[in-house]
Amino acid sequence: MRSAAHRLPLLARLAAGAALLLASVAATAPVHAAEPIRIGELNSYKAQPAFLEPYRKAMELAVEQVNAAGGINGRPLELITRDDGGNPGDAVRVAEDLVTREKADVLTGTFLSNVGLAVAGFADKRKVFFLASEPLTDKITWADGNRYTFRLRASTYMQVAMLMPHAVKANKKRWALVYPNYEYGQSAAATFKTLLKAAQPDVEFVAEQATPLGKLDAGAVAQALADAKPDAVFNVLFAADLAKFVREANSRGTLDGTFVVSLLSGEPEYLDPMKDEAPQGWVVTGYPWYAIDTPEHKAFLDAYQKKYGEPPRLGSIVGYTSIISLAEGLKKAGGPDTEKLVEAFKGLAVSGPFGPFTYRASDHQATMGAFVGTLGQKDGKGVMLDPVYVDGASVLPSDAEVEKLRPNRD
Amino acid sequence: MLTSPEAKRGNNRVSRGEREKHAAIGSLALATRMFLGFTKLEPRVRLLPKPCRDPKETRVALDALAFQMINGLASASGLFFVAAGLSIIFGVTRIVNMAHGAFYMLGLYLAVTLADRLPGPFGYWGGLLLAALAVGLLGAAVEVLLLRRIYHVPELYQLVATFALALILNDAALWIWGPEDLLGPRAPGLKGSIELLGRRLPDYDVFLAFAGPIVLLALHLLMKRTRFGRTVRAATQDREMVAALGINQALLFTAVFALGAFLAGLGGALQTAREPANLNLDLAVLGDAFVVVVIGGMGSIPGAYVAAVLVALVKALCIALGTVEIAGWAFNMTKLTLVAEFLVMALVLVLRPQGLFGRPHGAPARGLASEAPLRPMGGTGRGLAGAALAATLAVPLVATAWAYAPVLALDMLIAVIFAASLHLLMGPGGMASFGHAAYFGLGAYGTALAATGLGLPTVPAFGIGILAAGAGALVFGWFCVRLEGVYLAMLTLAFAQIVWSVAFQWEEVTGGSNGLIGIWPDWPFDSRTGLYLAALAVTVAALSLIRRLIFAPFGHALRAGRDARLRAEASGIDVARIRWLAFLVSGLIAGVAGGLYAFAKGSISPETLTVGRSIDALVMVLLGGLGNPAGPVLGAGAFTLLQDTVMRETDYWRALLGALILALVLLFPGGIAGGRLRR
Repeated sequence: MRSAAHRLPLLARLAAGAALLLASVAATAPVHAAEPIRIGELNSYKAQPAFLEPYRKAMELAVEQVNAAGGINGRPLELITRDDGGNPGDAVRVAEDLVTREKADVLTGTFLSNVGLAVAGFADKRKVFFLASEPLTDKITWADGNRYTFRLRASTYMQVAMLMPHAVKANKKRWALVYPNYEYGQSAAATFKTLLKAAQPDVEFVAEQATPLGKLDAGAVAQALADAKPDAVFNVLFAADLAKFVREANSRGTLDGTFVVSLLSGEPEYLDPMKDEAPQGWVVTGYPWYAIDTPEHKAFLDAYQKKYGEPPRLGSIVGYTSIISLAEGLKKAGGPDTEKLVEAFKGLAVSGPFGPFTYRASDHQATMGAFVGTLGQKDGKGVMLDPVYVDGASVLPSDAEVEKLRPNRD
Repeated sequence: MLTSPEAKRGNNRVSRGEREKHAAIGSLALATRMFLGFTKLEPRVRLLPKPCRDPKETRVALDALAFQMINGLASASGLFFVAAGLSIIFGVTRIVNMAHGAFYMLGLYLAVTLADRLPGPFGYWGGLLLAALAVGLLGAAVEVLLLRRIYHVPELYQLVATFALALILNDAALWIWGPEDLLGPRAPGLKGSIELLGRRLPDYDVFLAFAGPIVLLALHLLMKRTRFGRTVRAATQDREMVAALGINQALLFTAVFALGAFLAGLGGALQTAREPANLNLDLAVLGDAFVVVVIGGMGSIPGAYVAAVLVALVKALCIALGTVEIAGWAFNMTKLTLVAEFLVMALVLVLRPQGLFGRPHGAPARGLASEAPLRPMGGTGRGLAGAALAATLAVPLVATAWAYAPVLALDMLIAVIFAASLHLLMGPGGMASFGHAAYFGLGAYGTALAATGLGLPTVPAFGIGILAAGAGALVFGWFCVRLEGVYLAMLTLAFAQIVWSVAFQWEEVTGGSNGLIGIWPDWPFDSRTGLYLAALAVTVAALSLIRRLIFAPFGHALRAGRDARLRAEASGIDVARIRWLAFLVSGLIAGVAGGLYAFAKGSISPETLTVGRSIDALVMVLLGGLGNPAGPVLGAGAFTLLQDTVMRETDYWRALLGALILALVLLFPGGIAGGRLRR
């Protein structure tokens, strides 16, 4: 008797708990007058805060602007952001959560390539529209591309190709490469070697340093590169690794007189922390927000600075343009129906802060480009001098070539 | 009295040990070669160093190598400061301090901030010292306010507490300093460089290269010549005896923890001139520091220095060699830097299980030796288990109203299986694994490769995944079960890191850092509910199997080996073999979790093999309670649910998760299901 009496309240409590849970589920069933269109956004906010805080701010700005202009056919946009935990496993669960519990109509976001690919795979499986905003890997639109996934940011291949004319023009024979040892660095280095070899067959690659991401032994690597006596260096390091590398190279003089071509180093996220030590003369891709005079960019810059009281970063451009793209796509599709949205995004023309661009129907890649310029210094900080906007369409392979790269095309 | 048979036994085993050693060297060499083989890239590119016949060229190459070695000494010093602190803390308090990397990171952040605020050279160097002292004070506060409350529970719980603390400190740094990297100024007076072997070596590197040995000497004098040092050494040898002699143990522990934290803070502060303060440093440094401490021998300060130099030199060598050509294959040695320290650690531990300068520890100082024998579940337990099963079976029923329920529940089941497999090893087996993700990941990769590469149907692919995990456990377990305590744990970690780096770099097969995608299960497992129900069946089977094993003669023998190894061997139990078998079973079951994970997510990446995943499992097991087979179920369920909830609640979810874990540890010092452990 005693043991039964002991057990009963426990089971009763469990039952009560279950009932409460069900009740809370029932209570959250939404009742709205003008049903908003929900954008489920997931990103590695904890793992990559430097890029993603400005990114989130700009998304919120864009949602505000779209809604102030009447939303999508009278329906407002609602943005639901989530941390994806910085890894593919958690990200897929968060994506499920956004789609099932939050009733998100479309998915967007992701920073890391492996997370982006995992969510793209999820989108394909569950037939959800996914705009990958930031992941750079070529695979997301090519080797592993699928019907439901589009990508905004210029890919690794595009970024390398944008720098290629400068690398070829420099006409250097001995090249050394330094890159973070993971897919982004490896594929950037491989693309660079292939493209340069094609343009300049006598080129020699004299050293190749693949460094562990975030754990660069900067002095040793800078010295090892110099010991190979290169005429030019192709750099893919970024963030803390880049700052360490530049400081060591400066104090050792290992890059003095060496021509350097560098990916992403002109982005304020990576350039600003180096302050007056920012390298000079490097040819880089990046975002010189202080030197872009187009009316589209000026409107964005003013609105962003007015709202947040600080200059935008590249993350801001990516966040803002993602939302604007989704809004345009939703307008064209007449609502958030997934299949219609996929069709609407094929060839969708969007005008963002970088000017007009389109989402290619062939590989779902946006043609939004990037700025290429030479690093210099102004008022004790690094800036891009004479930046030139390179249209993404000008560096992408043709539709026919892409067809071969994209085996699972819809 | 107790130690003499142990020593004798050790002597008797020398010859067998020698044999094992040779086998071990052979296998490790093979593993290394395989690893190198995997990194072969672009065989057509001919790179440095070319075969040097010209004596002048040879000299240039040797100069380059020598310079890199000298260069490595600066990195070694940086590594040494952090590792020495960790080693002192572990030696005396037996705490595996997971917050040590966070102390280092805070030291760097504080020093950068102070360097910007305080003017002049005095300000810069004073700021460095102030930063280190502040971190030392923080360490003391942590010891007094937090750790002191949980000294009476098994040491691994302090690991969980410091892990939670590290989560909180990282978010605190984000909150205080913001997300952007902060690059500090260069050191005044040491901005130039000296000429050496035709190359320029920064003054600051010279300074660092000397600072390491100076601090080593200072610590050595502190330990040998002062009363404090003698007390510390005595406590490292025998904590209980020191307390019995009337030395204020509480004060000693506080002082030691503060000293360790100070050294970590100093190590961070001294990097001001070399690298920007950023939020990823804590974990990056923690791993390196552990490796150095273990190679050197836990508790040995000179050992930590030698190990730091060894690791730094190996890395410098890899970087200096660049791409080398062996028998027509081009190997990019720089790719080895990703895992070099773990390869060194595995080699050292296999050859010398207590590290280079460590003394063999007897039994773990205060493990689970006093744990009461396990008893089969009583009526209440059965009732609860039945209720839990009924509740999990009911999940698909609410799926129409709440489609997320089976998704989350599936993640919980996977975590439960994974945690249960680790619990078998840690609880009844008494072997803590810091690298259990290896078997999870092997299961996931095996399944994924069988499903995508070989195109096998779901069930056979799943089976192949489990076998892959088992094969890994069989090989690694053979080495690991010969070690004890933290050394065993660190060897499991080393193997896990080696597997991780192979998966990370073997682009053609594993998909490299991006991993593999498109691993969806066939009908009838392709719906959320279908896969969930299958996973539930698998979970019940796995838990039943573990339960049966624990109460079978095998389980009794395993626990006998854990509680009294010598007595167990005397009564005819081959402890090493029993433990190896436990390792195998545990690996197989972890592989089950990994295979399910691959199908649940549709994609996998090397993240399934990371230290983070291993630590998550460790925290789940400890949260649940070691002394109860239901522990991992509760721990894994609670952890997954907590993480999923806090991730949506706040931007600072890591801090919140850390705070909740801390609260759980303080409320249930023996784990949620481990009430019996309380003394």
